[in-house]
Amino acid sequence: MTAVLERLDVPMVKSRRHAAAPRSDRRPWTFYALAAVFTLYVAALYGPMICIYILSFQDVRGGLVFPMKGRSLHWFVDLFTQVRTGDVKGSFDRSIKLAVLVTVITLVVSFLAGLAFRRRFIGDTFVFYLMIGSLVAPGLVLGIGIGLLFQWLGINASWYTSALGAQLSWTLPFGVLVMFAVMSRFNSAWEEAARDLGASRWQTIGLVVIPILAPGLVAVALFGFTLSYDEFARSLQTAGSLNTLPLEIWSMTLNVTSPSLYALGTVTTIVSFIAIGVSIGAIVLINRRRGTGPASR
Amino acid sequence: MSRKNWFAWLYVTPLMLVLVPFFLVPILVVLVASVLETDGFGGLIPTFTLANYVDVLTSAQTFHLYSATLKFTTLTWLFTLVIGFLVAYFLVFHVKNQLLAISLFLICTVPFWTSNIIRMISWIPLLGKEGLVNSALLGTGLIREPIEVLLYSGIAVVIAYVHQLTIFMVVPIFNSMARIDKRVVEAAVDSGASRLDVMRLIIIPMSKSGIALGSIFVVSIVMGDFFVVKVMSGGGSASVVSAFYENVGVLQYPIAAASAVLLTVVLIVAISLILRTVNIRREITQ
Repeated sequence: MTAVLERLDVPMVKSRRHAAAPRSDRRPWTFYALAAVFTLYVAALYGPMICIYILSFQDVRGGLVFPMKGRSLHWFVDLFTQVRTGDVKGSFDRSIKLAVLVTVITLVVSFLAGLAFRRRFIGDTFVFYLMIGSLVAPGLVLGIGIGLLFQWLGINASWYTSALGAQLSWTLPFGVLVMFAVMSRFNSAWEEAARDLGASRWQTIGLVVIPILAPGLVAVALFGFTLSYDEFARSLQTAGSLNTLPLEIWSMTLNVTSPSLYALGTVTTIVSFIAIGVSIGAIVLINRRRGTGPASR
Repeated sequence: MSRKNWFAWLYVTPLMLVLVPFFLVPILVVLVASVLETDGFGGLIPTFTLANYVDVLTSAQTFHLYSATLKFTTLTWLFTLVIGFLVAYFLVFHVKNQLLAISLFLICTVPFWTSNIIRMISWIPLLGKEGLVNSALLGTGLIREPIEVLLYSGIAVVIAYVHQLTIFMVVPIFNSMARIDKRVVEAAVDSGASRLDVMRLIIIPMSKSGIALGSIFVVSIVMGDFFVVKVMSGGGSASVVSAFYENVGVLQYPIAAASAVLLTVVLIVAISLILRTVNIRREITQ
């Protein structure tokens, strides 16, 4: 995932590409073959999703497959007003709150960890592998462990305690990995310069490090928000009695066979797209404001 | 401890405050639960026993589950690797316009930030008996009757996995390919290497770390998954974790814990085999 950021910062990589100018303008046959593979891949990536967005706009006769039966917003209204589809509004609300909470914590904790990992320190390998372990551990297994732990401690599992922790165990490793990519391009000479000019440790971080790393931090926030908002396996055993949105969707896939399932898919994807759009917009804006000045390197 | 170390630990303390109670301790809890007895009502009796492991290891079901999971893992790994490699290769070596390459790359990554469950169920209108694929095939006269094994079958499971996980191959492979110095390729061509030689002797070896990293993601996610298997197979197949989920559903925690420990051991072995080919830490932090 880290490459996303590296690539968003256009000026930096430009020079390297030019060094390898094509020797002839004729493209080899492999170009066309690979372009076809790529096109098919993107079509397969988006095609099915687009199908359900379209199908969610059917009217009351609508079913789960094509052809479209009418056009209306019936299933969206149905989604938020019907009892049988479950507490969509409540779970939506909880998921957004939880995602915001996770985003803030992920941002702060990943940033600090990123600072620490710039140099080797005693025990860094342990911390690193603990993080990788947390990333690859099967979500359900971890969820059961957290659920049992809370049970033994006599604490009730709920979305803002156990599920929050469970989601952080998933978003933080991603956040720190993104920070690694961001930090690898950070020149510590700037920091030393600030220190030499009399800035304190915290002034250096607040006035030099954070502004320079801002685009990367936006990306960390994007990971935090979307990974939490869509997280399922780790929340399943830890969310307690109130569902988050993915858990609601999961229970709908098992018992709802109307396009309201697709309507929910459309709604939740719109939220994700807003988050992605805002983040990418912010990164582009920050980079553009800097122009091609030295700070973008 | 030196001042430098002290500050480093200050900075990673918040991280540890999450990882210890929400990863390390829960895993230990599962480990402990796997050697306890159950009272049959979801409670645990603190008596040491290895009976859970004996049950798990001697059951024929375990063998079936692992072979099913291994089959899905291998197929998914193979497809995601081939597609991911080709896509990354196309973006890095064939798209000459930098801005276009970034845009295409972002197009590939956007679905990663949307709901997995929604992306999975979005195959229903395509693969079902009355779905688009069947209608198209019937329309062209290639088949006379709808193919029913497309949805709610092993095929659907693999399709859903490949759909969700190819991105985990594309990104790390793209990353390592982007780091290959194009002059190396040029030098090879100048010395008479064919394009196949370039691929075989330069690009594949130099993308090895990306391939390894992507493989770790794909293997660990498929082996730890249960909802894709449950929904897309229509209950027809099971995986290690879906069986484990059933056990939890009937409050059989110890036996579920024992199979979780077994799965974790298998995963660790698989990942360390992959890691033998590459220095992951150097790869990630640089």
